[in-house]
Amino acid sequence: MGFFDRIFERPTKSKDMAKERLRLVLIHDRSSVSPQFLEMIKGDLIEVITRYMDIDERNMNVNLTKDEESCSLVASIPIIRVKRGTG
Amino acid sequence: MGEALVITSGKGGVGKTTTTANVGAALAMLGHQVLLVDADIGLRNLDVVMGLEHRIVYDLVDVVEGLCKYRQAIIKDKRIDGLYLLPAAQTRDKTAVNPRQMRKLIGELKDEYEYILIDCPAGIEQGFRNAVAGADRAVIVTTPEVAAVRDADRIIGLLEAEDLRSPQLIINRIRANMVKRGDMMDISDMIDILAIGLLGVVPEDEYIVTSTNKGEPAVLNSVSRAGQAYRNIARRIKGEEVPLLPLESEEGFIKRLFKVFGR
Repeated sequence: MGFFDRIFERPTKSKDMAKERLRLVLIHDRSSVSPQFLEMIKGDLIEVITRYMDIDERNMNVNLTKDEESCSLVASIPIIRVKRGTG
Repeated sequence: MGEALVITSGKGGVGKTTTTANVGAALAMLGHQVLLVDADIGLRNLDVVMGLEHRIVYDLVDVVEGLCKYRQAIIKDKRIDGLYLLPAAQTRDKTAVNPRQMRKLIGELKDEYEYILIDCPAGIEQGFRNAVAGADRAVIVTTPEVAAVRDADRIIGLLEAEDLRSPQLIINRIRANMVKRGDMMDISDMIDILAIGLLGVVPEDEYIVTSTNKGEPAVLNSVSRAGQAYRNIARRIKGEEVPLLPLESEEGFIKRLFKVFGR
């Protein structure tokens, strides 16, 4: 916060609060709308990654983690073998 | 062959029924044959907004159950040529009709009317599924509030699942002076968030309250800014390019003039 902002204590505009709250609630809503959502991401990830390496698909994990501030996609993908000559 | 549009929102109280009545009336004033269908079975409202509540004999459920022909249930508006209403049943519930029956009925009605506007109930349950079943296009009404925009986002997802793609947005009850001072989300904020096309923006307008009190559409009034916005929306539905009305603060020139002369 800048010097002048502190002096005049300009409050956050309420519309910006509305937008930020909406942004976060929609990340949550959209990602939990359908159980197929993560499966679709998982399928696409497998397709891309197997071009470069063999992976253990059964022990692969893709999840959304959420807290009040942010939302992230966390994937844990065990590698069996890296293909030769693709790097 | 006509076109059926469902007017939906998810959240209640954002102005679906008012929008249906006014856009429908405006389309009829442009010379089209327009049928308004109240799909809110058990909580009918479109009849009172239109001022046609005293003329109901049969309703949507009677038609679906074969108790009467649809021509017997449809009411003709006497003020606006080409405007008709198919009222909902008041003493039944959403389960009295199913999506397959609605699809069949709307399909038959499209032979006779150029535009069919279906007033969808709030919520995402069977009433919603009935209302969207026969629709070719969807119009989503929202207000500049977190809850309404959130529900609109949910509805967009559900419409896609029903194969109603590219719905269009009407932003209702926007207040220019609040947008100006940063206390209300503006048009671009909501379009960015929802990522759908904009069909129109309707300013907050006291005239909507008085016209609803009287049971006559606001589009009949040439001064009402909401009425003007609804007339523009009707033209955009027809495919015309109509620029958005400039957002005018409530202390507009005319109001100031009235104030100067003590009203």
